[in-house]
Amino acid sequence: MSAARLGKDLLGLEHLTADDIRLILDVAEPFKEISERAIKKVPVLRGKTIVNLFFEASTRTRISFEFAEKRLSADTVNVGSTGSSVVKGETLVDTARNLEAMRIDMVVMRHPSSGAAQFLAQRIESNVINAGDGKHEHPTQGLLDLLTIRDRRPIAGTKVCIVGDVLHSRVARSNIWGLLKLGAEVAVCGPQTLLPLGIGELGVTVFRRVEEAIEWADVLNVLRLQLERMQAGYVPSTREYYRVFGVTLERLEKAPRDLLIMHPGPMNRGVEIDSRVADGPHAVILDQVTNGVAVRMAVLYLLAGGRPELAESAKGAPER
Amino acid sequence: MKPLLIRGGRVIDPASRLDRTADVLLADGKVAEVGARVAAPDGAEVLDAKGCIVAPGFVDLHVHLREPGREDVETIATGARAAAAGGFTSVCAMPNTDPVTDNQAAVGFIVSQARRAGTARVYPIGAVSLGQRGEQLAEFGELVGAGAVAVSDDGRPVATAHLMRTALEYALTFGIPVIDHCEDVSLSSGGAMHEGLVSTRLGLKGIPRSAEDVIVARDLQLAELTGGHVHLAHCSTAGAVAMVRTAKSRGVRVTAEVTPHHFALTDAACAGYDTHAKMNPPLREAADVAALRDGLADGTIDCIATDHAPHHYDAKEQEFDNAPFGVVGLETALGVAMTELVEGGVLDLPALVHRLATRPAEIAHLPAGTLAKGAAGDVVVFDPAAAWTVDPARFFSKSRNTPFAGRKLKGVVRWTVVGGAVVHRAGDAPAASAGR
Repeated sequence: MSAARLGKDLLGLEHLTADDIRLILDVAEPFKEISERAIKKVPVLRGKTIVNLFFEASTRTRISFEFAEKRLSADTVNVGSTGSSVVKGETLVDTARNLEAMRIDMVVMRHPSSGAAQFLAQRIESNVINAGDGKHEHPTQGLLDLLTIRDRRPIAGTKVCIVGDVLHSRVARSNIWGLLKLGAEVAVCGPQTLLPLGIGELGVTVFRRVEEAIEWADVLNVLRLQLERMQAGYVPSTREYYRVFGVTLERLEKAPRDLLIMHPGPMNRGVEIDSRVADGPHAVILDQVTNGVAVRMAVLYLLAGGRPELAESAKGAPER
Repeated sequence: MKPLLIRGGRVIDPASRLDRTADVLLADGKVAEVGARVAAPDGAEVLDAKGCIVAPGFVDLHVHLREPGREDVETIATGARAAAAGGFTSVCAMPNTDPVTDNQAAVGFIVSQARRAGTARVYPIGAVSLGQRGEQLAEFGELVGAGAVAVSDDGRPVATAHLMRTALEYALTFGIPVIDHCEDVSLSSGGAMHEGLVSTRLGLKGIPRSAEDVIVARDLQLAELTGGHVHLAHCSTAGAVAMVRTAKSRGVRVTAEVTPHHFALTDAACAGYDTHAKMNPPLREAADVAALRDGLADGTIDCIATDHAPHHYDAKEQEFDNAPFGVVGLETALGVAMTELVEGGVLDLPALVHRLATRPAEIAHLPAGTLAKGAAGDVVVFDPAAAWTVDPARFFSKSRNTPFAGRKLKGVVRWTVVGGAVVHRAGDAPAASAGR
């Protein structure tokens, strides 16, 4: 029932409804508590086999998925791009067929090409969860960001500004779709070289100066600036980036209200964010990480066919 | 060879200002007579063209036949057969093969392979620069001597303004056009589709319109400077159309082509990461499509060319970023043009024949594109009202990479005639082994 509602796969937030998103966040609530137990394991996905297929380096997302799977008692296998058939030149379609032939239940995939998750989902029966595809979407990051905001204030009406390299960011796209659907006001801020063409037409405000964004926003979601952007000529230097776009304590102190500070990680301290801000009282960066496990548990549970109203009782007592 | 009488069709030959019901008699490989009630000579084959258009065979200035080098996706023989199925009697083969067509021996190979195939005529286009590396001019004189009808570094742009200038100047001796693929690669590098709202949503790197427009502007300046003839391949932007229009009004020797996919589709076709909508230049937006159609209607865009670009199905069965650019087009061009342009009110039938046959033949100075007495007996007979559904499994091309699969189109080729001999009949089917 719920599986039919979300569909077979979670590829992005663009094509989910507000109700779908709320459903996932609501189901994540009871799962938060599992990670607080002494024995962090419940038998919800016992007997399910899941492959974590990471064609791109990832620490946080891969470990977060793996904990979510293990805490729900799934059997998991991790495949990275090094040491796998990918480096031997296997195509994605052949990788997909081989996974299918092993009768797995779910695939969690991170891939450098936009659309790769959809490509895989259209070719295998198993559930596919997009753990980040190129510059397209990173839906579970979007969901955990929503949950982190919702823990502190109603999302509807909240002003959220995404600061930084929106052009290359799948986190930005998933956040924009999720926030807009739940009624937030959304803005982006960064040098025009790092903002995609037509971004305003998605229904977001564009700020050219970070001071204006800070004056406007309730929440800042600060994106990582990849060092290769300097080589590609999008920005002149990290020093100048920090000087012009860095989220610093001095800038935040001028804000008319306290801002919630988020960052999807990994952070470049002193490039996009000031350490005093990252470690300060308004940063919720580690709460995002904690919520990531709960949100991923909820997604796994729902795609496996779990009924939302039974999520609380499905957890059962801790395994002994 | 027995004479061929094409009886009772609506004969449209813009070069002879002819548009009326008539019979066309072909004998000795040439047009022998066009008129009302032509008597069938002894032993003549008679084709009943009632309800059909009888026109000079179509001429495609832009195809990739992949031979030599990638005979697994197309050969000169299969490409020429696909051309015949699409009503094309002459096609011009781009030089970006492996090895590159940058010397007289390579040109001669294409000519002899085409003669052996014996269907549509294939005219080689030579490279502008050796190896298409953008450094040293190829030997235009020897290329033309062996049978080349134009030069191009297609697949990539003529690399520098200086090379373009010298190519235009040097080509004046031989009276051939320099065909340019207009793309500033520093603006397009890494791009997979048109830069716009769709690329933003899909998270794909965009190719801005300006990547085409800045090179179009460069080429028009250089054509004006040199008096050379530049032919702009596959125009895709409203800006290119506008610049060509004003350049023509100043008397610059520029001609331009548009592909069926660029006047029929927009970047919306890339949604869902459909790699059959990945081509270079990319599919643009509705405003560009409208400008391209206006350009075709007022003659700013001279002709329709397919940019037929076969690829193996494995190559398109990939992540969008990794899939190659290009689609096949020979067997859908007439249907797409009839449906989008004629049914769509952009061109009438005589104008369509002009853009598909008369004008491209003029641009490359080919002995084609007219049914005047004594002209080559290259004819297409098509039923403008018949509808069909595109089924790539029925293509004569070795490749199936079309964005039009499943599309309902108007306009069916009944017969294609080259040198007075029928080389394609409606209902002909490719050999099963050709399918992939």
